[in-house]
Amino acid sequence: MSEVIVITSGKGGVGKTTTTANVGAGLAQLNKKVVLIDTDIGLRNLDVVMGLENRIVYNLVDVVEGNCRIKQALIKDKKYPNLCLLPSAQTRDKSSVNPEQMKKLVDELREEYDYILLDCPAGIEQGFQNAIAAADRALVVTTPEVSAIRDADRIIGLLEANEINKTHLLVNRLRMDMVKRGDMMSIEDVHEILAIDLIGAVPDDEQIVISTNQGEPLVGSDSLAGQAYMNICHRLLGEEVPLLDLENKNGVWSKFVGLFKKN
Amino acid sequence: MGFMDFFKKKNSGDVAKDRLKLLLISDRADCSPDVMEQIKNDIIQVISKYMEIDAEGLDIQITQTESESNNGTVPALFANIPIKDLKHSGK
Repeated sequence: MSEVIVITSGKGGVGKTTTTANVGAGLAQLNKKVVLIDTDIGLRNLDVVMGLENRIVYNLVDVVEGNCRIKQALIKDKKYPNLCLLPSAQTRDKSSVNPEQMKKLVDELREEYDYILLDCPAGIEQGFQNAIAAADRALVVTTPEVSAIRDADRIIGLLEANEINKTHLLVNRLRMDMVKRGDMMSIEDVHEILAIDLIGAVPDDEQIVISTNQGEPLVGSDSLAGQAYMNICHRLLGEEVPLLDLENKNGVWSKFVGLFKKN
Repeated sequence: MGFMDFFKKKNSGDVAKDRLKLLLISDRADCSPDVMEQIKNDIIQVISKYMEIDAEGLDIQITQTESESNNGTVPALFANIPIKDLKHSGK
């Protein structure tokens, strides 16, 4: 049975697109058939994060308006043949698609894919409404900052109001050194405040920037963020995986290994 | 700030958590000024049956209060109702 997961946050810049790319690639590594849909019309970015920006011919709005068939607009990933991207339109606006059209599109994709991930735009307007219309589950991404958490709380309320009851919390960009000092809220703090199911935490990792520069998701690599994303994928599949120890990066052994691993 | 306060200074992480807890209570309650005004008027009506109160000086707000359950705090509706005159019962 296929599942539709919306990746949302309210606030911009907390890592929705990076999360969509990595969770998508992770599920593909676990042999699931996955399609990613960039629903951020006008500000598409999932294509560059995936490194597929040069292969776009048709986009989401073309499909919705009937200018092409879904198959024509889907772009196969470079690495994983069972991973596809439906890019957004760059020169249109959010009102080009409505929630009903989105539902119809997703229902068609359900027949062929195990997981459909929707990368939601920031905000709570039309773009958000479109993205959540077809979702079965939601992954709420936040960082341990007051503004992001406040917006996440608002989003959680809106998801409930729209009867999306399976919501998972992803705490992104955690800096364990700051948490230790008491200058950043911990995973537990954020989890306690938002009080929804915690699916995982991703550390603030330089490797994320590097992988985005290269246009290749880092999920599954041995970087801390890569492992964290992989664990999240396993949890999405219903497996029980203990929370990653985000501190081991600073351990003597990892530093030692790191010396030999540079590039 | 006193000398001892310097040592008791809260970590910024805790400050953030405390601020958020309060903020989210009012966000979640979604009490628009309209709704608060209605609550206020209803309270005035009910209390006025029993005593004369200063409707102008009445103040209500949603905050949090200490409790034994739920990590020590729960949301609460605080009302400060100045009484002008306690009516004698039976009158």
